[in-house]
Amino acid sequence: MTRNAKINTLLLLLVAALAVLPLALGLGDGKEEPFAGADAQAEAAITELRPDYEPWFSPLYEPPSAEVESALFALQAALGAGVLAYYFGVRKGRRQGAAAVAAATPAETPATES
Amino acid sequence: MHIAEGFLPPLHAVAWGAASAPFVVHGVRALTREVKANPESTLLLGASGAFTFVLSALKIPSVTGSCSHPTGTGLGAILFRPPIMAVLGTITLLFQALLLAHGGLTTLGANVFSMAVAGPWAGYAVYRLLRKFDLPLMVAVFFGAFFADLVTYCVTSVQLALAFPDAATGFTGALVKFAEIFALTQIPLAVSEGLLTVLVMRLLMQSSKSDLIRLGVAKLTGSEKQREAAV
Repeated sequence: MTRNAKINTLLLLLVAALAVLPLALGLGDGKEEPFAGADAQAEAAITELRPDYEPWFSPLYEPPSAEVESALFALQAALGAGVLAYYFGVRKGRRQGAAAVAAATPAETPATES
Repeated sequence: MHIAEGFLPPLHAVAWGAASAPFVVHGVRALTREVKANPESTLLLGASGAFTFVLSALKIPSVTGSCSHPTGTGLGAILFRPPIMAVLGTITLLFQALLLAHGGLTTLGANVFSMAVAGPWAGYAVYRLLRKFDLPLMVAVFFGAFFADLVTYCVTSVQLALAFPDAATGFTGALVKFAEIFALTQIPLAVSEGLLTVLVMRLLMQSSKSDLIRLGVAKLTGSEKQREAAV
């Protein structure tokens, strides 16, 4: 592995460790609902602060189940990842093309001169 | 950091909408100008928006025993400046509000302000400041992304505390409550976002250095300058 690839792998491992450690250490154990979303907790806090508050507008479309919702979240991540992969693919192709041209050019130059 | 649909009183919703709108309009102009002047930017613009798409879909466990998600706005702010990120962030928030019932249309103004305006500007400011002090590019990128992420969640806490002050302790009491939910949870996630942004910036340095030089993010190294001069 090149030095660059090693550093990139290390970065990914660090991110993975940061995500897994709270689970492995059981940091959600004391909670009513371990590892609930912060957004949902904020909603609960609002109802605690203002028990009489009623949301005055509801979403136009709501995923019918948690499964459909997670599917849509996966779709969002996949769309993003797909575009990123396309970007790096195109750049790699261009670099390889340029390198191939550069490699071919010196050999062709004498031929055109003769 | 998404404030759920209907969870801001109408007056607040309108005020945050009015506060965000000029940034988004200005951003749309900046975006069309950039695409016209540098059509080759389009691909990297798409990639920056895609980065926000991926990161804001990842709900990651945190030390507080709850889950939250990064924002992915630091990268675009550093590459294309914050006005353009305001547009890319708004697109992401609209997608989530319309299809996922995550966030909402009435709270869109507030969510745009925290994630697509305040976060990117804060991250960009930190990035520029560190670069001014000649810190290495990747250090500046890390802290830029870190603060873009964290400031977003701090702003959300302020927004909610303004709308729902505590009966006894007022704004401050409510701010502490919301900051405990959002900001504390977000610290390790902001570190993750910083690391991921550094990773993508490293890949960009390898694959698209010419773009980064044109955008003023990277500079030619000594040996590259010599090679350019030789050509």
